[in-house]
Amino acid sequence: MKELSLNILDILENSVHAGATRIHLTLQEYLETKDFLGFRIEDNGIGMDQAMVDSLFDPFTTTSTTKTVGLGLPLLKQEAEMCHGGCELESQPGVGTKVSFWFQHTHIDRPPLGDIVSTVLMMYAIHSDIEFIFTHEVDNNSFEISTSELKEVFQDVPINNPKILQGLETFLLENKNQLYGGKHYG
Amino acid sequence: MAKINSLDELRKLRDQAKESMTARSGEAKVRIRASMGTVGIAGGAREVLKAIIDELEKRNFHEVEIIEGGSMGLDKEEPVIVVERDGFQTTYGKVQPEMARQIVAQHVINGQIISEWVIARNKQ
Ligand SMILES: Nc1ncnc2c1ncn2[C@@H]1O[C@H](COP(=O)(O)OP(=O)(O)O)[C@@H](O)[C@H]1O
Repeated sequence: MKELSLNILDILENSVHAGATRIHLTLQEYLETKDFLGFRIEDNGIGMDQAMVDSLFDPFTTTSTTKTVGLGLPLLKQEAEMCHGGCELESQPGVGTKVSFWFQHTHIDRPPLGDIVSTVLMMYAIHSDIEFIFTHEVDNNSFEISTSELKEVFQDVPINNPKILQGLETFLLENKNQLYGGKHYG
Repeated sequence: MAKINSLDELRKLRDQAKESMTARSGEAKVRIRASMGTVGIAGGAREVLKAIIDELEKRNFHEVEIIEGGSMGLDKEEPVIVVERDGFQTTYGKVQPEMARQIVAQHVINGQIISEWVIARNKQ
């Protein structure tokens, strides 16, 4: 993947396919307080047993019948480790899964974060039935928005209506810019 | 677009959307399936879906439901989108954002299939 926000989308889709009804994405970008970029995705999907977790980072593991290799997570783990970061995965069958990746923010090999707003927008566009919580922390500031808050605002107008989605994109972009406060994080 | 950074401003947007929805009801109901698997994402599926949303908005066409289509076992053809309209399921392969805009304008809205990009077509 050419940007981390696409890896994040891919991991969010794993949660969707695990039958999650609630997914929480936390994105942390710290440059002033520490040199850290990380994200965590927590879901209440079917989860995995220990054997599955252990084998997950073996690049030949996947439950998908249409494909033979699941490379998403192992490759990203490699990239994180190259950037003085790492990866953690906790899962419990019947409870859910928590995946985290982190990087040294200023490491020259760190992939760019990319278009996180578009990634979040995909959840509203094609998974509006899932309670999706997005928390974005940038040094000492933070922003959080959930699908249920949005549904309360839009009532009988579906949040995946094209006009609403475009408005949500603007909403997310403006809140992101406010978080960055004119500084460049990338 | 006007500044939208608070839930209050989103509320105004809701009222506008509501208005255009009631004004335009009666359009053909179309469903678009977009795949969002690993291969599709790496190939630009997110940008394709964004182009679809943007084109639908520009053309003020809202009687459409966008759902996830799964990977559909067509990795070689990703990004894939399926248009369900007039009783047919039409699958387009190797879709890029500019193609997606044309598919919306011609097929989704006006019912004209773009044959050269079609990789499968089934009765629903
Ligand atoms: N959040 C999750 N909940 C349950 N199972 C998961 C989750 N994430 C990944 N998995 C399991 O791990 C497998 C490998 O995931 P991944 O490396 O992303 O490859 P892929 O999604 O291409 O199969 C998945 O097929 C799935 O069985």
